[in-house]
Amino acid sequence: MSKESRAGQITVAWTKTRYNAALALLERPSVLGYLLMLPAAFVIFLFVAYPFAWGVWMSLTNKQIGMPWSQVKFTGLQNYVDLVMNDGVFWTTAWNSFVYTGIATVIKWILGIWLAVLLNRMVRFQRTVRAAVLLPWIVPTVLSTIAFLWIFDPDFSVINWTIRRFYSWMGWGYVKGPLWLGDPTLALASVTFVNIWRGTPFYAISFLAGLQTINPDLYEAAAIDGASGWQRFWYVTLPGIKPITVVVLVFSIIVTFADFQIVYVLTRGGPANSTHLFATYAYQVAMVGSRLGLGAAVSLFMFPILALMIIYQLIYLRREQA
Amino acid sequence: MTQLQVGESFAKRLVAYHLPLFFFVLFALFPFYWMFVTSIKSTHETYNRDVNPYVPVTCVAAIAEQARSLNFNGSALAENCLYHWRTLLRDTLFIRWLENTLLVAIVSTLISLFAGITSAYALARLRFRGADTFGVLIFVTYLVPPTLLFIPLSDVIGDLPFLHKNLLNSPWALIVAYPTFLIPFCTWLLTGYFRTIPKELEEAAMIDGATRIQAMVRIILPLALPGLLSAGMFAFTLSANEFLYALIFIYDAPNKTVPVGVVSELIKGDVFYWGELMSGALLGSVPVALIYSFFVEHYVAGMTGAIKG
Repeated sequence: MSKESRAGQITVAWTKTRYNAALALLERPSVLGYLLMLPAAFVIFLFVAYPFAWGVWMSLTNKQIGMPWSQVKFTGLQNYVDLVMNDGVFWTTAWNSFVYTGIATVIKWILGIWLAVLLNRMVRFQRTVRAAVLLPWIVPTVLSTIAFLWIFDPDFSVINWTIRRFYSWMGWGYVKGPLWLGDPTLALASVTFVNIWRGTPFYAISFLAGLQTINPDLYEAAAIDGASGWQRFWYVTLPGIKPITVVVLVFSIIVTFADFQIVYVLTRGGPANSTHLFATYAYQVAMVGSRLGLGAAVSLFMFPILALMIIYQLIYLRREQA
Repeated sequence: MTQLQVGESFAKRLVAYHLPLFFFVLFALFPFYWMFVTSIKSTHETYNRDVNPYVPVTCVAAIAEQARSLNFNGSALAENCLYHWRTLLRDTLFIRWLENTLLVAIVSTLISLFAGITSAYALARLRFRGADTFGVLIFVTYLVPPTLLFIPLSDVIGDLPFLHKNLLNSPWALIVAYPTFLIPFCTWLLTGYFRTIPKELEEAAMIDGATRIQAMVRIILPLALPGLLSAGMFAFTLSANEFLYALIFIYDAPNKTVPVGVVSELIKGDVFYWGELMSGALLGSVPVALIYSFFVEHYVAGMTGAIKG
């Protein structure tokens, strides 16, 4: 055996030991755990945590699109003060966000439970009907909202055509029909309607999953005790789906409060900036109006509510697990 | 409450059950019917307030005429019914947008699945310091809506410190942005799924001499295939549906994705190409809808699993 190949064997043996040592290290849960978390942690740090901090900083400056760095100045809380003190649209936006979220959430909740109970009672065609009622939630929101834009069209709205036909059929004369997206209140109602249309299936399908975990014996026991249908719904069904209700509500409130697409497509915040939500107003200020710092401040106004919902969710889940 | 009650009269069932269900289905499906009808109408019909808008008159007449004369004429049908569909596919960038959407969705889904699998496995199986904190961090990230971050994120992606290259206006801007919500989603779904697989299977493999990584790749991943598949499908549809980042990060028409392309390029100032808009909206929705309806059971199972877990 030549010297070289012996040396080679020793090196191979050495590399092997090193390799085995590395492998042994990977067997330790602490080492492997951190290693496996690394890709997710990297993305979250670089594209979530860092942008969040960057956004907070931006909101404290006068940064604008295309502004040279030498002119970017730290302005402290000026943007926030400007929004709260001198910006009427901002207050409309804040009001709209709460109204939109509140009304849409309550209606989606009621419709969702109702639809879930109906679906749960279903014997035939359950899969088909379930797929059909799920569609609004599944398809890309902007694409279905385009259909609503045409349904709410000022001149060719199918709703108004139907109202007109109905009036003349009843002999009540000519009626033009409302401008669905032209009046501030009606426009906000229309936007809320589309949100309800899109979100109800999510509630229903989640509640349906919750209903299916309820022990049928409970209904039987309640029936034997003489509980009416409503009582059974109130004392068995609702408590039975409570865990999933909390999760669904928190999730839905976050998504609705931070909604962008429906308003963007239907009204762009109009007429006369009356239907903005925080997200669309932030977009308008930052991307259309180029004032990045001010826009970042607008979107950060969502943060306290979102943080509150997230913390509540965490505490609730922890308590459930314990 | 849950079962059909015996002895309920037909009238009661009609009012309490059939009618509400009928209206729910109508409510859910009407906008899709409306897209379809508008997409096969002639422009003249679309803007005529005197004809019944519920029926695509010209198209129906053409079909009836051919059925009566038993003389099939494809080009006449195309002219009367599929005019806007042809325009959409031939004269707009729709196919390009579809390609972009596919590229972005597939690549960001693969990235997110990889990172989701590794972190979900760590969270479900390994005990290490900080694991709980990581779990909470991922859950919080899952709940952070894109609308909170889009302004600074466009800055960050436009000026990545280690790339010295502007990713904006290219599919890569979306491919790096989408994992921010896809990874937490996949991790969340898969952690629940991994926990349902008995630990003993891995432990047996490791006693037989497999390393932990081998046990994970050879034993756990094949067993978790249904979970991986549904996480991948949902991640795919989530990225195909995404709107805000795609609206802000991409400027040029040929680089857009389907939702942004349809909304921004088929509306020119005050001119709405309704037929093309509606056919584009339908065509953009169909693939996503198909995928979802196959996997919705998994989604619900995953969600309830994660809540219980």
